[in-house]
Amino acid sequence: MSKHHHGHDHHDHDHHHDNHFTDMEARVKALETVLTEKGLIDPAAIDAIVETYETKIGPRNGARVVAKAWVDPEFADLLKRDATAAIASLGYTGRQGEHMRAVFNTADTHNLVVCTLCSCYPWSVLGLPPVWYKAPPYRSRAVIDPRGVLAEFGLTLSDETRIRVWDSTAELRYLVVPERPAGTDGLGEEQLADLVTRDAMIGTGLALSVEALR
Amino acid sequence: MNTCKVASPLVASAELPKSPEGDPVFAEPWQASAFAMTVRLHEKGVFSWPEWAEALSAELYKPGRKADASDYFDCWVAALSRLVTELSIVSGGELEHLTERWQRAAEATPHGHPILIENDPLR
Repeated sequence: MSKHHHGHDHHDHDHHHDNHFTDMEARVKALETVLTEKGLIDPAAIDAIVETYETKIGPRNGARVVAKAWVDPEFADLLKRDATAAIASLGYTGRQGEHMRAVFNTADTHNLVVCTLCSCYPWSVLGLPPVWYKAPPYRSRAVIDPRGVLAEFGLTLSDETRIRVWDSTAELRYLVVPERPAGTDGLGEEQLADLVTRDAMIGTGLALSVEALR
Repeated sequence: MNTCKVASPLVASAELPKSPEGDPVFAEPWQASAFAMTVRLHEKGVFSWPEWAEALSAELYKPGRKADASDYFDCWVAALSRLVTELSIVSGGELEHLTERWQRAAEATPHGHPILIENDPLR
């Protein structure tokens, strides 16, 4: 990041460090390439298997961050001002030193994050994105018609709710802080974290209700 | 929570990290891909369960493993790579070459674009 010597709009600078594969990531992609070429595997079938384990991949630290923000106003305030520091204060650091920004849902604003096309998606915080989320048509449609896209995923927002779409950049990734569900006053942080789904943290869903957990 | 399970015998692989419910747990997405590919190859009969178990053990019980076992899936990928080269599906050299191509492709891909092997500037 040392190459950024002036203010810019995140698009026209040196892209050298946007993406990087570790040795193991590249090795697995190499196996996938050759096995696909030989007709031994089909990427769609692999995606389908991975999808069944989607919730078992990565630490999903974001759920704990959100739960803490719900119970601790001081932490919520820090999260709002400096999400990177707030997340790091819980001992969670992204593999690539992700710069995070937390966007808070309110009664009249809903936040939605797009962009998981490249390796910058902070899966260690949010969990693995769903397969459909990575599809280019989703990305463009989410920007043009977020209300329609959300409705398709079963999230119908009232016409009064403003929807803000955040397109993560190489420097900045987003975490949606959903609203705390009603009737959760008696729950501790651990139980609250169980209500925070991956979908809630990318904005394609809301936090679960207490009833949903039972 | 997830009722759609892959009933593959590979879930019984030695030392596979598992959740209390018995599902495999992956620390990073590539680990899930490696697992899924192996499940698929086994389903297709490319190799048998004993062949897989032997290849995996050979890697797991090599000296120099990490004490915290965080290199479990490194061993998994090494075992899978060795099996496919031994079965002459691909040569070790070709696999290395492809690995390097993917690394260059990732570095050359700007933010917001899918990482494709075609993005390798050296091809």
